[in-house]
Amino acid sequence: MSLYGLQKFLYELNRDARVQERYRDDRAALLTQYPLTDEERAAIEAGDIGLIYVLGANGQLLMHFAAYLGMPWADYIKAMRDGIVTHGPVRAGVYTMTTGMDEKVAGV
Amino acid sequence: MSLVFAGICSHAPGITGRAHMAEPALRDEFYAALRQMSAELHATKPDALIVVAAEHFANFFMNNMPAFALGMSDEYQGPIEDPEWLKIERRKIRGNAALSKRLIVEVMNSVDVAYAEEWKFDHGIMVPLHFLTPAYDIPVIPANINCQGPPLTPLHRAWAFGEALRHAADAVPERIALVGTGGISHWPATPDSGKVNEAWDRELLDRWSRNDRQALLSYTDVATYRDAGQGGFEIRTFISVAAAAGGRGTIHFSKPIPIFAVGCTVATMNIACRT
Repeated sequence: MSLYGLQKFLYELNRDARVQERYRDDRAALLTQYPLTDEERAAIEAGDIGLIYVLGANGQLLMHFAAYLGMPWADYIKAMRDGIVTHGPVRAGVYTMTTGMDEKVAGV
Repeated sequence: MSLVFAGICSHAPGITGRAHMAEPALRDEFYAALRQMSAELHATKPDALIVVAAEHFANFFMNNMPAFALGMSDEYQGPIEDPEWLKIERRKIRGNAALSKRLIVEVMNSVDVAYAEEWKFDHGIMVPLHFLTPAYDIPVIPANINCQGPPLTPLHRAWAFGEALRHAADAVPERIALVGTGGISHWPATPDSGKVNEAWDRELLDRWSRNDRQALLSYTDVATYRDAGQGGFEIRTFISVAAAAGGRGTIHFSKPIPIFAVGCTVATMNIACRT
């Protein structure tokens, strides 16, 4: 488990334009700099918001990764729900899902 | 000179970023309350505005996480988020390093605050500034309480931080305004985004308005997480303002706006004489 490394990557991506450039242009090399499991690395490489959510990344970090990937708000919320369906409950952290799958409290 | 203004408001990024998705009448009522707070703030002619925010991993991360931090720069930047996403243009924000330093020295008498000469504001500060000082005409001194990366500072220390800010404000010749920003119950950045526990919010704001120290400090993080979500940890910023002002609060707006992911709040507090 290297959730810290996953979150460190998201933190640096969110705040550093150079890391964003390397994510676009040199992704595999960039990711070698972080201690990541194969599952985490694959999730980042694929921009798999649902899996990263389930892995337990802090939601505030993940929200900006989704924005960076250009996901509209409704798609980002849906991706997290789909992650739960595919991979099961959130495995760590304090950003677990407490509503029902179809509850959509904000209409999205 | 003294603390001249104290208030609290919400800071959720949806307030600006998803404005177009909100029910217009409700949204505009909330915006009007923020603008009224802005007018009250300016009427007190502050020389500087301290914004006590709950950061979201913009500047501080788990490699080196202060419980409390104060900015000490003549200039800040924000928002750190994509301006298109937040719908607030990126800009420089004036600070006051010399005043910061004097305040920090005072605060350090009772609270071991970290200082930061670099600080990129995230939505926790930029969204409130967008409404409260839209002309960016008051120098800002950012303050942060870690509400994001547990272990979190206990509530009684958030209270102590507020008291320390008050002592510091009263010790300098400038007129100081103080605004705490955060959510009450909310589950942001999850599929629950938009969920609000209205009864819990009413109770919290009642305790805040009465400035009931014992009641405010009786929350536990376990119960807050259960009843108010991880976003509820941000009550630390509201508690610090109650400690600093010491008076009674007035709630000007308090209604959930689900697409903003929070029960939106605007409130001010009378500043009591220190005993």
